[in-house]
Amino acid sequence: MRPPASAPRRLRTTGDLRALQRLMAAAVMRPLTAANRTRRRWSDGRPAAAVIGTFLKPNDRLDALERLEIYNRMYWFRLLDCLHEDFPGLRAVLGERRFQRLAEAYLARHPSRSFTLRNLGRRLPDFIRAERRWTAPRTVLAGDMARFEWAQVEAFDGPALPAPAPVDLARADPARLRLGLQPYLTLLTLDYAVDDLVVAIKKDALRAEASNAPEESRAGPQSRAVRMPRRGRVHLAVHRHQGTLYFKRLEPAAARLLSGLRAGRTLARACAEALPKRAAASPAARQQIQAWFQNWAALGWFCRR
Amino acid sequence: MPANSFNAFTDYGIGIGLRVPHYQHILTRKPVVDWFEIISENFMVDGGRPLEVLDQILEQYRVVQHGVSLYFGSADPFDRAHLRRLKALVRRTRTPWLTDHLCWGSVDGTYTHDLLPMPYTFAAARRTAEKIRQVRDYLEVPICVENVSSYAEFHVSEMTEWEFLTEVVERADCGILLDVNNIYVSSRNHDFNPYDYVDGVPAHRVAQMHIAGHTKFEKYILDTHDHPVIDPVWKLYAHAVRRCGVTATLLEWDDKIPSFGEVHAEALKANEFIAGARAAAPARRPAGTGSVR
Repeated sequence: MRPPASAPRRLRTTGDLRALQRLMAAAVMRPLTAANRTRRRWSDGRPAAAVIGTFLKPNDRLDALERLEIYNRMYWFRLLDCLHEDFPGLRAVLGERRFQRLAEAYLARHPSRSFTLRNLGRRLPDFIRAERRWTAPRTVLAGDMARFEWAQVEAFDGPALPAPAPVDLARADPARLRLGLQPYLTLLTLDYAVDDLVVAIKKDALRAEASNAPEESRAGPQSRAVRMPRRGRVHLAVHRHQGTLYFKRLEPAAARLLSGLRAGRTLARACAEALPKRAAASPAARQQIQAWFQNWAALGWFCRR
Repeated sequence: MPANSFNAFTDYGIGIGLRVPHYQHILTRKPVVDWFEIISENFMVDGGRPLEVLDQILEQYRVVQHGVSLYFGSADPFDRAHLRRLKALVRRTRTPWLTDHLCWGSVDGTYTHDLLPMPYTFAAARRTAEKIRQVRDYLEVPICVENVSSYAEFHVSEMTEWEFLTEVVERADCGILLDVNNIYVSSRNHDFNPYDYVDGVPAHRVAQMHIAGHTKFEKYILDTHDHPVIDPVWKLYAHAVRRCGVTATLLEWDDKIPSFGEVHAEALKANEFIAGARAAAPARRPAGTGSVR
């Protein structure tokens, strides 16, 4: 909704209140200058001070624009801090400055539509894919990392559904059984081994925390050069177990099988589609599938449909 | 007897905010704390560790919910899905009362995630009070609204902040969470006497108080919750307790959070002023008998 050109002179109705709030919200959410100051020009070219002066008072220390600037800066610092915290791997992929530019462009395009900052990064993976200029030439790697890190947000506090009773599973006909996967579990097929990269970043951070070297004599963990992974397809499951986040590499057949279950295939059909026909019939393949299922059940990945 | 008609929690004691860096200490050492205040939004999730920790806390401690996103003062109507989530949490925690801010922060469904100041007008007070009543009726729990720190004032305002707060709570017939530090911060930013504020609010509606630290800049003060409480704020708190009676009090410390022991010790300094208020009001009920729980 476009904000009004100026604030209402009197506030008599809820409509007046809404108009005032639209104008102030537009001012608070306007991108900052490179020096993190409020822009001196409004979006239509008028002096911003004139627009803000229609609704905010000055005092003897600050003019209306300077008072608004306190809120303008807090808005951007708060939201950028949130993305900074949720996407440390993406920061390592892009470097701090490019990450900052990406985050500002993302927030300008997708301001928060949720009551909680938890959801702030939900659309970042799609934004990276759609607006490649912010991440080129590392768009694919950046997109993979953003998906991986968003999956961790989902795994942290996503819903858990009741697990199927083992006795029901034992009795079930594989040709009819449809198993659900926990909503907090995300299956990812990626072009880069971003899990390895995140482990390297964390090790680096731990080393930095453990170091007794004076602050100024060592670079912070985020500014260290971390070796980027080579291109190569990996399948990952991002999940939680007993309150802790985990990511687990999956073999391609295991990933296909789990994807089939998530898509609602029966157990028999998901197995058949995951493995080549000849291989599926072999005792070794059966043993392998059994081992996978034991492991996944122990991790609590299955739920009732 | 409660200290006032909206304060059935006179002897709820001194609480502190439940914060992630203290989880381990609280869950393993189980320190004696009168109550914890939780930020509702941190637990309005579907599952995982936040709710596991909350359930463990609820087994041992009294919890009061404090929100940052109801935005009673936003012109927008409430998001029903948001209220449903909040109600589920209210049922889980059995919070005896629920607090949020007298502010706005969203418009047309877009959120600033800030506590933006209200224009102090009668029209805004009517709309805000109507929304507080809606929340109370839906959540079925007493509501208290908190005064925020502010850095700006509107041309259209028709009254002082404390007159606006009074207008809202009288219309909504709700309680007040009196944030003494916020009064102090705003008084410095807008050049008013903080004691006029405390003396101007309806004391019988003050159900809880907040104390906190802040940061002073050259031309304004910012409500940062990252320092101990300064003496002028303690003095203002003592005045507020004398005027409103002994009141459930909470220390907010949200940034540069020190050890649990340091935060708790800072909060317990409030006891000195509460004892003073008790001594000044000997007719009131003795400690430990005023809680509704």
